[in-house]
Amino acid sequence: MSALRRALSRLFSFLRKPSLDDDLEAEIAAHIELATQQNIERGLTPVEARRQALVRFGGMDLVKDQHREARGIMKLDILLQDFRYTVRTLSRDRSFTIVAVLILALGIGANIAVFSVVNTILLRPLPFPDAERLVWIAPPPTKCGLSCATYSTDAYDEFRMYSRSYQDVTGYFAFSSPGNLDLSLGGAPIPATSIDVIANFFQVLGVQPAMGRVFRPEDGNNGAAPVIVLSDAWWRRQFNADPNIVGKAFDMNGHQTTVIGVLPRTFDFGAVFSPGAKVDALTPLNLYGPPRDYGNIITLIGRLKPGVTMGQAVPDAASAATHMCWNNKQPQSCYQYIGAVVPVPLKDYISGKLRRSLVVLWSAVGAILLIACVNLSNLLLARAAARSKEFAMRTALGASRLRIVRQLLTESLMLSFAGAAVGLALARALVSWLAHQGAIALPLLSTLHIDGAALAWTLLIAITAAVLFGLVPGLRMAGGNLHDTLKDSGPGSGQSRRHDRIRSVLVVSEVALACVLLVGAGLLLRSFMHVLDVDMGFEPQHAAAVNVDYDDSVPNDKTGELSEAGRGVIFQQVINRVSAIPGVQAAGISDYLPLGQNRAWGMPWPKGVKQPDNVHGSPLVYVITPGYFRAMGTGIRGRDLTWDDGPKTQNVVLINRSLANFFDKYAHWPNHDAVGQMLGDGRDLLIIGVVDDVHEESAEGDAGWQIYYSALQNGPSGAQLVVRTTLPPAVLASTVLRTLRDINPKQAMAEFRPIQTLVNHANSPRQFFMLLVASFAGLGLTLAALGIYGVISYSVTQRTQEIGIRMALGATMAKVQRSVLVKTLRLALIGIAAGAVASLMVSRAIAALLFNTAPSDPITFAAMVLLIAAVALFAGYIPARRASRINPMVALRNN
Amino acid sequence: MGESKLDLLQGTLDLMVLKTLAAMGAQHGYGIARRIEQASGDDVLLNQGTIYASLVRLQQRGWIGAAWGTSDNNRKAKFYSITRSGRKQLAKDAAYWQRLSDVMVRVLSMSPKGGL
Repeated sequence: MSALRRALSRLFSFLRKPSLDDDLEAEIAAHIELATQQNIERGLTPVEARRQALVRFGGMDLVKDQHREARGIMKLDILLQDFRYTVRTLSRDRSFTIVAVLILALGIGANIAVFSVVNTILLRPLPFPDAERLVWIAPPPTKCGLSCATYSTDAYDEFRMYSRSYQDVTGYFAFSSPGNLDLSLGGAPIPATSIDVIANFFQVLGVQPAMGRVFRPEDGNNGAAPVIVLSDAWWRRQFNADPNIVGKAFDMNGHQTTVIGVLPRTFDFGAVFSPGAKVDALTPLNLYGPPRDYGNIITLIGRLKPGVTMGQAVPDAASAATHMCWNNKQPQSCYQYIGAVVPVPLKDYISGKLRRSLVVLWSAVGAILLIACVNLSNLLLARAAARSKEFAMRTALGASRLRIVRQLLTESLMLSFAGAAVGLALARALVSWLAHQGAIALPLLSTLHIDGAALAWTLLIAITAAVLFGLVPGLRMAGGNLHDTLKDSGPGSGQSRRHDRIRSVLVVSEVALACVLLVGAGLLLRSFMHVLDVDMGFEPQHAAAVNVDYDDSVPNDKTGELSEAGRGVIFQQVINRVSAIPGVQAAGISDYLPLGQNRAWGMPWPKGVKQPDNVHGSPLVYVITPGYFRAMGTGIRGRDLTWDDGPKTQNVVLINRSLANFFDKYAHWPNHDAVGQMLGDGRDLLIIGVVDDVHEESAEGDAGWQIYYSALQNGPSGAQLVVRTTLPPAVLASTVLRTLRDINPKQAMAEFRPIQTLVNHANSPRQFFMLLVASFAGLGLTLAALGIYGVISYSVTQRTQEIGIRMALGATMAKVQRSVLVKTLRLALIGIAAGAVASLMVSRAIAALLFNTAPSDPITFAAMVLLIAAVALFAGYIPARRASRINPMVALRNN
Repeated sequence: MGESKLDLLQGTLDLMVLKTLAAMGAQHGYGIARRIEQASGDDVLLNQGTIYASLVRLQQRGWIGAAWGTSDNNRKAKFYSITRSGRKQLAKDAAYWQRLSDVMVRVLSMSPKGGL
């Protein structure tokens, strides 16, 4: 309390410094007058009286100084003095300052940017109120993709009824494909993406609309008027941020749909639930309309009651699972969810997979900061050597050691804060660039920004860095022996030798750190190259896909055969017309594309073979047309579909090699050949071909089981036209779209997506981490090279005289050059050796992030070691060259 | 002439000022300095100016207050007076000094042989 008051009054008096000084002046004047007066009364002459008064008062300036010190402005005065002095010295040594600030800016900037990413994805709670109570409810991963990660409408109702842990449970339709919403504003329909959500979706998440309202239960009922809620981004982009949008109706997918609300900017469905995809609007899911009994279609999200723990929620879900049926009308479909209803915190579901990568990234920037600090330490030591006499002189003139350390600390802090300021600007640019990289499939990336936590982190880092890099030079300089320093004539004597040693140790540690970073980056780079090399089962280059709108509905079509036939006619027309476009090699249609959505229909089984009970999972289903495999570049053994495989002919399928091999284990087909064999799923399905395994979920995972049905014999859930071309796909975009619009005037202006972008999208998180770590490694290497250059160059300068003598005594240029290079190499090799050992340990820690690459991959290690050695030699070569050019006469005459 | 006078120990001046203010009531800097000199029988080496650092220290601790006023002979001067917490502090410090000086007396009067 009183300490606080004292501090306040000190600060106060500092701010009021001039007036308090005046006050003191007045007081002193009064004192002298009073004393003079009394002396006069004692009988002295006025002059003598005043003289005596002044004598008794003592040294006027000393009194003022004491007074100031007592009232506390001394410290702040010193601080200001230090500050001004630092500004002066730093601006005198401009190139040093620029280099130092730049190094720090890079180190600190990288740290702030990565912290923002880590904070957004990992540390910060999800952008919902009480987000820790939100859970994702799904089965453990199995072989049948999204269909085995979702629930039926019946199961949703039962779960909601029988679980006790939840305030409420919601979900969304998991199978909406991009571009599923055609907005007609007059001209060609504009494609957008909308997701059907259960009406209580926003209440469960706790999202309030920015405008209008969100869904009510009745919006999802049968016969309810169509309504839609817009995302903030779509509202701005498509509707020019119309403030009166609520209540307006638009033609969407042919229905007049009323906009009832606009979502807040902070809620981006895509960023949370489908990273890297853009979701423009949300529509209510009619639980009791057509999607009822479609099978597993709903992804479940629950909000736990307050105080309920995961430990309680998990068994509760397991017991609710015993009541859940796939379809309540089919008793045999009950019990199939047992063991398949497991809640996990939503946050874990969204960012759990990324934890390891992010921690690696964080460590990498930490290493960068360390390298930057070591580098700066080195620079400061070099300066210290040059300034040691200045400080010795100051000590000799009465500056206390504390004062000098404080001066040095001020310098470090100022450099650090300047670096942090520039770094913050760099990080801001980087972060806002990242936030707009919609193609990177990382969750919440679009919400990335520099927030208060990032600023606090900046401050922390700046101070830590200042202490780290200021400590060694500070102690060294303040701790030096006064006499030695003053006597030390510089080159070759004790003090500078010691400096040399410390600097060498610093450089070695810098090289070691850079080595670890490089090896890590090298391993990640090699993994990434291996991922790119994976045979995806299709050829992504020279192919593109576009969403085709078609209307195959036939009134009173009881069996569906009429619409199947109609669809065949439409698809055949589309494919024939598109194939006729010059430059198009092949065209075909599938309802789902690889690396996107998927679904399963259950397990068909070879006819005449008993199905064992322990088969889990089922193949992913694609409904395709003839030509699709050729367009995708997927190899077939057997034959492709033809337009004759129609509603009235034998049902046919193609299966992938993995599924064929799996069936063969039970069916023991002649020659292990599936082609020509029969499967049953209630119908008879003739296997007409076996196709390559397509990597369905990612390049890295195993290709699962896949089965391909004819679009003329089954209902597709859309149509993605794939076109293979000799031309760059973009060239074809307008011609293909024109053709599609020719056939169907309602065709939307859909996006023409190169197949390669699907692959890139799937690989984007790995690429993102690899690129970041690689650029940090490059930065680390550069800094280490700078460090080596600094040390060698400095030692050459220090030894100019010595080298001059050697040359005068007959040393050749080559010999001098060699001796400098040997010194460089020695430093580098010690660093590399230490770094390689550390790398071996570190690489084991990142083993889980590698793909087809051993943590001790010799090629990577060798390449990185050679790279560092080469860079180190280059950094040493420049001063070595300079050393060999020393003119002995000049060198000896100097100094 | 100064050699025979006592150098002031750290902190003693503050105590003297407090005591003076407690004994005399509100007083200006010169008055306090004179009073200390008189009380000590001119035995203390005091640059009168030193008093002001002490005064500002005491003020910051809240032990004395200050206000500009007019002296007996109609001159403007800053008057200091002791506060309630200053009196408490004075009691504490005085007791401490009393004990310390007692101890010093005893220690210094030890017999050379080291007997008890």
